[in-house]
Amino acid sequence: MQITSAQKHFFWLFFCVLCETFASSASGIQGIENMSIEIRHVTKHFGSFRALNDVSLDIASGELVALLGPSGCGKTTLLRIIAGLESADAGSILFSGADTTDVHVRERQVGFVFQHYALFRHMTVAENVAFGLRVKPRRERPSDAQIKAKVHELLSLVQLDWLADRYPSQLSGGQRQRIALARALAVQPKVLLLDEPFGALDAKVRKELRRWLRRLHDELHVTSIFVTHDQEEALEVADRVVVMNKGHIEQVGTPQEVWEQPASPFVYGFLGDVNLFKGRASGGQLQVGDWQIAAPEHADALDAEAMAFVRPSDLAVAPYVAGAPGLAARLDRALLVGPMARLELTPREHPGQILEAHLPSDEFRRLGVKEGDTVSVSPRKARVFLETADDPAAMI
Amino acid sequence: MSHSSAIAKRVRTTESPAVRWLLTAIALGFMALFLVLPLAAVFVEALKAGWSAYWDALKEPDALAAIRLTLITAAIAVPLNLVFGVAAAWCIAKFEFKGKAFLTTLIDLPFSVSPVVAGLIYVLVFGAQGWLGPWLAEHDIKIVFAVPGIVLATVFVTFPFIARELIPLMQAQGSDEEQAAQVLGATGWQTFWRVTLPNIKWGLIYGVILCNARAMGEFGAVSVVSGHIRGQTNTMPLHVEILYNEYQGQAAFAVASLLALLAIVTLVIKTAVEWQHEREMKATAELPPERPAS
Repeated sequence: MQITSAQKHFFWLFFCVLCETFASSASGIQGIENMSIEIRHVTKHFGSFRALNDVSLDIASGELVALLGPSGCGKTTLLRIIAGLESADAGSILFSGADTTDVHVRERQVGFVFQHYALFRHMTVAENVAFGLRVKPRRERPSDAQIKAKVHELLSLVQLDWLADRYPSQLSGGQRQRIALARALAVQPKVLLLDEPFGALDAKVRKELRRWLRRLHDELHVTSIFVTHDQEEALEVADRVVVMNKGHIEQVGTPQEVWEQPASPFVYGFLGDVNLFKGRASGGQLQVGDWQIAAPEHADALDAEAMAFVRPSDLAVAPYVAGAPGLAARLDRALLVGPMARLELTPREHPGQILEAHLPSDEFRRLGVKEGDTVSVSPRKARVFLETADDPAAMI
Repeated sequence: MSHSSAIAKRVRTTESPAVRWLLTAIALGFMALFLVLPLAAVFVEALKAGWSAYWDALKEPDALAAIRLTLITAAIAVPLNLVFGVAAAWCIAKFEFKGKAFLTTLIDLPFSVSPVVAGLIYVLVFGAQGWLGPWLAEHDIKIVFAVPGIVLATVFVTFPFIARELIPLMQAQGSDEEQAAQVLGATGWQTFWRVTLPNIKWGLIYGVILCNARAMGEFGAVSVVSGHIRGQTNTMPLHVEILYNEYQGQAAFAVASLLALLAIVTLVIKTAVEWQHEREMKATAELPPERPAS
């Protein structure tokens, strides 16, 4: 599956064509009616495994929300419950305030894009897109000519009208993905649900489609939820990110919020690389060995077990000077690919631990240190969490 | 690396010509001895006394009755097993439930039970001395030693063919497409007719062919429940046996040749189906994935 230059080209041209499509479209994809979603105390078990534990979440009309978490965290289960493909053991799902818990999946008017697309393999692309219209009850079913026009319109929207007569097996992964999206949009869904929409694609196509989905959403404004385990994807595409772990929601916020103010050690660890320092917190200070990190938010802690999280880019590296503040560490490896230098360091006091530090390559060269040298590291910024009953370090 | 050494290397990766010839000869010899020769013998024996004798043997009323009964039996058993098979395969492949493994084993039961035993089951249940015998006699319903018994025995013996063919296929396909159809608003029937059935079409046709071949050729189970009443409860295989036991070799082989012909036709249809399927697959093979320059 390659993205050709021609295809790249049309990604950039996409906006213009999209606008044209809307200007010329009579039946109107823009007529999609919008819907808010409320998830109320949803719980789901599979046998003895608790997939979802009392999950509540509000999604505003027209929002693009990412459900982010490691595999097995319950995000896909939640998506399937919203779609009506699974039923919750307890709790309810409200669409625009109306309880849909007992509404059958085919009445819910959701568009669902499956992880592996689930295109009908024995139908052409055009027949796939037309399916949702053809199975409507006779009195609601558009005429053949209307269906044909609609299919053409949708295939133009996803820029694949030239593939109308092909079969799914003849398409590349990225093309299948877009056909699956066109098929879901054909029935004018009020909610669009996408299960790992880019999971089965290679890195390059993934990036292009990500941008494409974001633009499509900006045009259609249909309430959308997508599931992903890729934090970069969630942070780049979504309006809001819902970080999930072990069947519950860890944090909900804009990409910036969850990145800058992770609510829990899990979120900190899941959204990017992190260095962990264990120590004891007392009076707003975390003591790690003979080294101190300010923790003003835990001013009232008294000799409590605590951990500090420091992003690799927040770890300052300087040439070692005996007696100066900071942690002495040996530079094991320096990766100098790209604009950032990625350093792997072993603290002198804790030889089992590996620290990661990222700094601009130029800055690293100015330090004048090489692999094997001893340097001094200190955190510019740290987030301190007191240890709770279940060991947060184990979750990362 | 010189050219000759590259060739020498390639030769070493396969067996010597003598071994290859030997293996091929054994395989072909075995096939000739156990498949081609008996099949040829059937037709040679059938036509030994000429075409008119062959034709007379088939025109004989008892033979015609046997042919008719065989066709009727297959016409009832195959559609029944078609419905049962699809339903069972659908259940097993698309749903998780308790006792699934047990049901799968149950479907295989007719394969593991001797056909004679299968026939005896029906005699024991429906026969004059059987469990339901007195009740059936009271209501004047004849099952054993009559057409219903033959159909029942045939249905039992041919039960696994279609289900067995479909289960792995449907399991491999998963239920994503059905779910997609449901989300798009399709009803259960629409999902079945428009999505499930087209996807299993080739496996289903293949299963029906095998099921039909066995339904027409079944001997053991049918023999037990039939009672061998000439012109009434004799199927073709039973008729062949009777003729053979009566030293009417030519007539026996004439009827047998019909069954052999059926087997050949079945194989031809099966090959045609596979060929058609392959052609369809090829038609959907690689085309350039890029937008044509315009």
